[in-house]
Amino acid sequence: MTVAAEQEAHAHHPALQHHFEDLGQQHEASILGMWMFLATEILFFGGILCAYWIYRALYPEAWALGAAQQNTLAGGINTLVLIISSLTMALAVRNAQVANRRATVAMLVATLIFGCVFLAIKTYEYNAHWHEGLFPGEHFTWHENPELAPKLELFMVFYWGMTGLHALHMVIGVGLLLWFIWRAWRGDFGPEYYSPVEVMGLYWHFVDIIWIFLFPFLYLIHQVGGHHG
Amino acid sequence: MVEHAPEHHITPLPVYFAVFAALVIGTLLTWYASTINLGWANTPIALVIATIKAVLVILFFMHLKYSTRLTWVVVIAAFLWLAMLFVLTFSDYLTRYWSIY
Repeated sequence: MTVAAEQEAHAHHPALQHHFEDLGQQHEASILGMWMFLATEILFFGGILCAYWIYRALYPEAWALGAAQQNTLAGGINTLVLIISSLTMALAVRNAQVANRRATVAMLVATLIFGCVFLAIKTYEYNAHWHEGLFPGEHFTWHENPELAPKLELFMVFYWGMTGLHALHMVIGVGLLLWFIWRAWRGDFGPEYYSPVEVMGLYWHFVDIIWIFLFPFLYLIHQVGGHHG
Repeated sequence: MVEHAPEHHITPLPVYFAVFAALVIGTLLTWYASTINLGWANTPIALVIATIKAVLVILFFMHLKYSTRLTWVVVIAAFLWLAMLFVLTFSDYLTRYWSIY
């Protein structure tokens, strides 16, 4: 290989993988791939939501009773916390686009902090439910209306399952953020190459969207009439 | 090699803040709507607000508005599959208990 050809071969951005033509194509492939993963996630949560709606149609009283056991203030604050974290995540991507390394790191750290605040409030709620005896199991009872107990228990299965899977996604997101803060600090990202931050953002916003639906579905169910079922 | 101009769209800050404000207002609206008894309308209202919030996040925070058409196809297909999952399952379960007498 001549010296000129060698220089030509090494002129590309260090983050460009050899099987892509250029960074633009690589970026588009990353975004598309992430959306395909999110499509599977949408259907993953969608299946659980579908089951939730069927049982909600069958046992509306139990669903309203279950929602009445939730701490609406904690759930509402957590919704706002996640929305703020989505804003900081979006700003992290933007700062990478405009080559502001310090602000990218700062916004990723802010996202991490809000994510941890969410998990802390969720832990507080879980702890309260555990002590209220609202964890499904052999000894699950509801003294005010024992007949409704198995149906309320089913609601709580959905509650723990859906919020638990959501929290698991949050924990994974927090772990990814730690890695991304390190990479952003190291200077991996810039206007030409910020695809990983963008993909991280897609994941984080998706998890936010799941909560946007879980909050009204699990905390804010109104008792309608009461003559169904 | 033809340079595949990336043409990355940088969203202006006011757009991000406007979407954020809309999401906060949507959250407060959802909560407020749940405190008043609107009968059967409570559930559709909560669903509509949540859907609007999700669309705002997808279009602006997730930059779908500025993404390639191929990305649009994947996203729309995802929700199409979700719709099929719901419609076909409900058409079974929600019609099982119709009284026939």
